[in-house]
Amino acid sequence: MTKIKYLHEFQDKDLVLNLLKKIREEAKPEIQYNFMEFCGGHTHTIFRYGFPELLPKNVRMVHGPGCPVCVLPANRIDGAINLLKKYPNLILCTYGDMMRVPGNSGKNFLKFKAEGANIKMVYSPMDALLLAEKNPEKQVVFMAIGFETTTPATAFIIKQAAQKNLKNFFVYCQHVLTPPAIGHILEAPQIREIDTVEIHGFIGPGHVSAVIGTQPFEYFAEEFQKPVAVTGFAPLDILQGILMLIKQVNENKFEVENQYNRAVTRTGNLKSQEIVSEVFQLREKFEWRGLGTIPYSALKIREQYASFDAEKQFEFKIPTENEHKGCECGAILRGAKTPLDCKLFGKICTPENPIGSCMVSSEGACSAYFQYGIKK
Amino acid sequence: MLDFKNGKINLSHGSGGRNMAKLIDELFLKSFDNELLNQRNDQALFTATSGKMVMSTDGHVVSPIFFPGGDIGSLSVHGTVNDVAVAGAKPLYLSAGFIIEEGYPLADLKKIVESMAAASRKAGVPIVTGDTKIVEKGKGDGVFITTTGIGVLLRDDLQISGNNAKVGDKILINGFIGDHGISILSKRENLGFESTIKSDSAALHKLIEKMVEAVPEINVMRDPTRGGVAATLNEICQLSNVGAILEEANLPIRIEVLAACELLGLDPLHSANEGKVITICPAEKAEILLTAMRSHPLGKDAKIIGEIIEDDDNHVQIRTEYGGTRLLPWPAEEQLPRIC
Repeated sequence: MTKIKYLHEFQDKDLVLNLLKKIREEAKPEIQYNFMEFCGGHTHTIFRYGFPELLPKNVRMVHGPGCPVCVLPANRIDGAINLLKKYPNLILCTYGDMMRVPGNSGKNFLKFKAEGANIKMVYSPMDALLLAEKNPEKQVVFMAIGFETTTPATAFIIKQAAQKNLKNFFVYCQHVLTPPAIGHILEAPQIREIDTVEIHGFIGPGHVSAVIGTQPFEYFAEEFQKPVAVTGFAPLDILQGILMLIKQVNENKFEVENQYNRAVTRTGNLKSQEIVSEVFQLREKFEWRGLGTIPYSALKIREQYASFDAEKQFEFKIPTENEHKGCECGAILRGAKTPLDCKLFGKICTPENPIGSCMVSSEGACSAYFQYGIKK
Repeated sequence: MLDFKNGKINLSHGSGGRNMAKLIDELFLKSFDNELLNQRNDQALFTATSGKMVMSTDGHVVSPIFFPGGDIGSLSVHGTVNDVAVAGAKPLYLSAGFIIEEGYPLADLKKIVESMAAASRKAGVPIVTGDTKIVEKGKGDGVFITTTGIGVLLRDDLQISGNNAKVGDKILINGFIGDHGISILSKRENLGFESTIKSDSAALHKLIEKMVEAVPEINVMRDPTRGGVAATLNEICQLSNVGAILEEANLPIRIEVLAACELLGLDPLHSANEGKVITICPAEKAEILLTAMRSHPLGKDAKIIGEIIEDDDNHVQIRTEYGGTRLLPWPAEEQLPRIC
């Protein structure tokens, strides 16, 4: 392996301490700065490096819904389990993060696998495709999940499967889109009217933007008059992003700034966008865990590739959603509450036995709070 | 003669008949070759040593069986030698139980057994008794090896135990963290990921002998295998009813391991080690212990990485380079099954 640079360079202690100093100088004591980091990867870094206690008291990070596992409604898991029950000859492939997410029945893929279901963990959708090629007598379903970052890879393997004329490979698609979710949060009555938490700016998602570019965020900046800083994931990236937002708030600006210019352009990765739009089209509506139904917020496979769409090729039931009553994931995902406000947090809901989705993935806010021991 | 070039294990190799005798003679006895084993009894007969005895057992199911820096054979020797040694003991003898899947290539089995024999000779701890079982194809996965070790405490007055960490004690480690787990990961076929990282698999008893000689007041020694440094320190804190704080800047972690973890979303502190020992000793002895560790090749990169603090919640914390703190939790799940 060639040595990866961009690791220590973006964690440099002196530069980090210097940025923290600049943030303290720039943040005006009389102003409260609430910034939402949309992306779970950012949430993870913020806790991993102990930023909440290093930032000034009046700079608060609100953790957004940008963890695809966290926002997936539990009934989609139940759907996959129903699919496996009905078609015992089928192998379901999915990412490791999905294995512990409980369905409404309380059962997750790990438990179901232990009972004999054919579920395989893959690191790349390509592995699922290879599995289908190697096992022509089996049907292989890849449970695809993720924001715009992972969608091109799914689109790519669907195209590959078409080129190879595979008859035993299918995709159960849960791909969702970032801009509609941000729009929904900005329009959510909990935020606009009840005003539990007013958000003054966004740390924009770095990897998503590498694909879609910064352009889609220009609408939010203008329409809702909120600054956006599209930011990388290293400690220096995030602090620089926060500093950009503080400056914009101070100057009453609301622009889209690109902190992550080593990976992100205004227009993004056009090749990826092209392949995604060739294979996918918008879903009229999709239910997000905690955020409810958001119109045109997810993707489905186009008619041309319908023979690879598990939802069209198999008959299985996706039951109605039925979340745990005490679970506050919804309010937490909107930034209206913190994990500490939830009665289940750390008591009956833990990373070993997650009730809500925010506890499942290491990118979820509850998991981050629990793992890194955030207390009141 | 067995066909070690193209032959495969079949059920008759475990049936008690002539084929099994051939396998034992031509492979196991020939490779492990020592006086006690050569008596060819179902048990090894030796005189008990005076002093406190230590015993430990460990099953090895690592996948892949051959990995950079070792294989299941050498690992099964190192793993058990280390489990005995971290009590502050000198390992004396090993036993080995093989479970082999029908159809396994004899050439590979020979490689494993020879590597095991070499590791045992190098460690000076002979394999004195053993057992072989063959299971039908599909009922195992190549080879599983269980080894048991017996040893004697280096000094009768040692008080080395997981429940013996004291507030103010220093925490030391003998070198780089996380290499074994990442080396295994890099060889898992479905990851499409390559690295130059080698497993740190090694027998630590000679290093430990030096450490105990220099500082007999060591309070805790454990090898951070599955679950890595994080699991081991959390275990110790719970057993001793204390907390621990690590200095991130002092943690010896290779840049390659950090990079791989960054890429795959893992924490090096959750990654397994097979040649590391976490040692906790009184603060005033820490420098002496560190010098003793660094004088041995397996301890040349040793570091003091943190200290034991009072904490009723028994948390392990890390002070980041920037001065913030975070918890180092128990690993929530097995990221990677069958790493040892």
